[in-house]
Amino acid sequence: MSLLNILKRIEPDKKKSPFLHTLYDGFFTFAYAPDTVTKDGVHIRDGMDLKRLMVHVVIAMQLCYLFGTYNIGHQHFVAAGQYLGFLEGFHLKLAHGLIMLLPAFVVAHVVGLGIEFYYAAKKGHAIEEGFLVSGALIPLIMPPDLPIWILAISIAFAVIIGKEAFGGTGMNIWNIALLSRVFIFFAYPLTISGDQCWISGFDKIAGGVTANYGWWHTGFFNTLFDWMGLDGFNKATTIVDGFSGATPLALAYEGGWEKVTGVFSESQLLWGMVPGSIGETNKVFIVFGALFLIITKVASWRIMAGMVVGLIGTTLMLNAIGSTPFMQVTWYQHMLMGSFLFAMAFMATDPVTAASTEKGKWIYGILIGAIGLIIRVMNPAYPEGWMLAILLMNTFAPTIDYFILESNIKKRLNRV
Amino acid sequence: MKTLPTKSAGILIFLMSSLPVFAQSSSAGGSPLLIGLIATCVILVLWALFTLASNLLKIEAKKHGIDTEKSGFSIIPWISDFMPGKPKYIGSDRYIKLSKGHDILLEGEAKPEIHVADVHRFAIKPTDFHGMSPIPKVEFEIGQSVKAGDPIFYDKKMDTIQYCSPVSGEIVAIERGEKRSISAVVVLADKNIQYKNFNVPSIEQTSREELVDFFHSSGLWALINERPFDRVPDATKIPANIFISTFDTAPLAPDANFIIEGNQESFQKGLDVLSKLTSGKVHLGLDGRDSKKSPHATFVNATGVEKAYFAGKHPVGNVGIQIHHVAPIKAGQTVWTLGIQEVITIGRMFLYQKFDASRIIALTGSELKNPVYVKTFLGANIGDLLIGNLKNPESRIISGDVLSGKQVHADGFLCFRDDQVTVIKEGNEHELFGWLLPIEPRPSISGTFPNFLYPDHKFEANTNTHGEKRAMVVTGQYEEVLPVDTYPQHLFKAILSNDLEKMEGLGILELTEEDVALCEFVCTSKNPIQQILRQGLETVKEQS
Repeated sequence: MSLLNILKRIEPDKKKSPFLHTLYDGFFTFAYAPDTVTKDGVHIRDGMDLKRLMVHVVIAMQLCYLFGTYNIGHQHFVAAGQYLGFLEGFHLKLAHGLIMLLPAFVVAHVVGLGIEFYYAAKKGHAIEEGFLVSGALIPLIMPPDLPIWILAISIAFAVIIGKEAFGGTGMNIWNIALLSRVFIFFAYPLTISGDQCWISGFDKIAGGVTANYGWWHTGFFNTLFDWMGLDGFNKATTIVDGFSGATPLALAYEGGWEKVTGVFSESQLLWGMVPGSIGETNKVFIVFGALFLIITKVASWRIMAGMVVGLIGTTLMLNAIGSTPFMQVTWYQHMLMGSFLFAMAFMATDPVTAASTEKGKWIYGILIGAIGLIIRVMNPAYPEGWMLAILLMNTFAPTIDYFILESNIKKRLNRV
Repeated sequence: MKTLPTKSAGILIFLMSSLPVFAQSSSAGGSPLLIGLIATCVILVLWALFTLASNLLKIEAKKHGIDTEKSGFSIIPWISDFMPGKPKYIGSDRYIKLSKGHDILLEGEAKPEIHVADVHRFAIKPTDFHGMSPIPKVEFEIGQSVKAGDPIFYDKKMDTIQYCSPVSGEIVAIERGEKRSISAVVVLADKNIQYKNFNVPSIEQTSREELVDFFHSSGLWALINERPFDRVPDATKIPANIFISTFDTAPLAPDANFIIEGNQESFQKGLDVLSKLTSGKVHLGLDGRDSKKSPHATFVNATGVEKAYFAGKHPVGNVGIQIHHVAPIKAGQTVWTLGIQEVITIGRMFLYQKFDASRIIALTGSELKNPVYVKTFLGANIGDLLIGNLKNPESRIISGDVLSGKQVHADGFLCFRDDQVTVIKEGNEHELFGWLLPIEPRPSISGTFPNFLYPDHKFEANTNTHGEKRAMVVTGQYEEVLPVDTYPQHLFKAILSNDLEKMEGLGILELTEEDVALCEFVCTSKNPIQQILRQGLETVKEQS
């Protein structure tokens, strides 16, 4: 008996238990592509569908996941002054990273998908795949030390208010992942901004504070590592004196590029061995992901190119003014710090919330690049601008499209 | 023409551009003058070598009888070699190259040989005509005999326009669909076709009105398609232009150059007649895709028409796309379009005084044992056409191409304007992880499939939808396959939200189903785009 027959046999009744049936259908269509055939209209269809599209975005960010997990641990031990070499204490850094990231990942999906399943069952249609990408993106754009319950609330807010209230996948105005982040940003600002949140495993970032290890560290992993003859987590781990936990951007705001390079080297910035949101630090892997998305034509290269143009143009303007040290930072230095590249590759390119015309995508990208950089450099309250810039342009994307459509309509009318 | 001086200049520029690199790498020692001298020597030596090699290549080529003068033959590639420009055979005619679109290559192309099909039954289907009233007036009863060219039925709304029998024989059935609507009038054909004799007016001496009356009564009018809306033309409107596409780029489409063979006289006559019926011009769209081989002489040498050559990918052969680029339809205008076989039928009427609706049909598709061309008549029975040729009786049989054709029953009839039958596999099977890791290659424009590695591969496509219907998420994919200056996604959304002004503004009247069929094919969210467009066209028609 084949797997197909087994799966068919356990199919729940649609009328008796719509929720279970929706759930079953969601997982079944993951295992097997449906056997539906074309009716009126075209007789053959492109092999591409929404599942495949979404999964390719998730694939594109896998390197960021791998590196992000490890970097959580790396930053933890850097704060403690132990295992300063990147590959030293590999198993401990990985274990710590997993302990911090896995719960976030699981909770993000349980909450987000749970809400999706519920609404799909209620509306009586199949589960839309939109949350596949949002669910994978959300942990990457959060600080490593974020309390899980805040994450859960923010996702519930983003999915219910941001998406389902507008009619589900494809209808939302704002990027779901960013909406959950901005919710935390305004509701629980201290957990997502400042110098306190970028290093995990400590209650407070200050010299002499002891690491906060739980059962997974001292019970599970220490036993495992002990059995394997490796070093374990040391309960007496403390933060070294003088460690501030500041991100490159915070440093740049205080003293420009010089202050940044006083703490982090350029290669550290490029390869992402710096504190920051989980997925945004490694620029090389993000560029890989972006290239993957462009080559597979999953994401719009126009938006990405537009953002780069906007960033460079605005930076050159600010360089010309140059009244603060941060204004003197060049465009490639800006790309090395913060989450510009991550926002460019994965956030701004969300097709649902971006502008949908070709010209509109250019304008949309350029404006995000310009506005985001202005927020980053000029506004002391917000250390990073891309989230707010993208959400702002999400709001204006339909307006951009409107004017481009109007010009096309006018052109046609003028033919007479 | 690339002459020696331009070529040498090209080499010089190429080598000069490498000079700074050269200079930089050895900047550690030596004066700029010395480096300059060395560089010049290197350039001269390389130039001599290139020229020598190029000439040797030419001598060798001449030995093999290759024309080295015409095609810019050289060892050094030129930009134009990678981006072919206007083919030489076009001359001063218009040449329009479109970059958007996609060619779907499928298995089962018809071999260039014509078989005579043994078809017994033929049918004219009122359902093939958009906007016809569901119960047209049938002028014969079952059992009566007709000649080829006898009017069989007419639409009560436009009662002068006759729909004529393509063959002689006996009316054997009037098939009915929902609410007693007539779905087909079937004629059992005689062995030897008897033609009705027509009193054909001479085109030089007749007025347009008389000519139109003759078209109405002789069944020729129904052969014409009117745009917008794709329907039999309104008798009161004079078309702004008439458009004929002489090539079809749809998957597995019949080769017009093959069909036209031997029909030069009738085709030209048809064009002459048509040019009397329009206030504008008859426009011919020719195939300019091949950089070497020109289309059939019949098309190239056609007179009294405006010719434009087109290059690009499907849907460049669609008449709607050609209209958009040659003379777009203005508000309130109508234009006529015809297929080449319809033009031939019109031409034969004026040459031989008979309604000769013979057709050459391409039988195509991966599920046919022997894909060939067959000679038969309009509205032939599909079962008779395909007898003994099907690999699997469960296959999908399509009158037309896989993109905009109609699914027909194994005992159905060819649709009125179709010159192709396609038979492909049904895809009603579950596929394990088919959405992620498909086992069989499938046509796609997506970069997530490795299709770019084998650009000439002919796919054995099936009818599986490869996914379920979703909300429109992806943007920009319709634009990629629709070479028309509009925003298709916004147009379709305007139709769904019933926004009449926006629909018209974005040019719904310039499109019909076949033009947007590729949009439907590529749609990631599996939306029924052609159906949406038709819905929009109906709305516009009702409102105007």
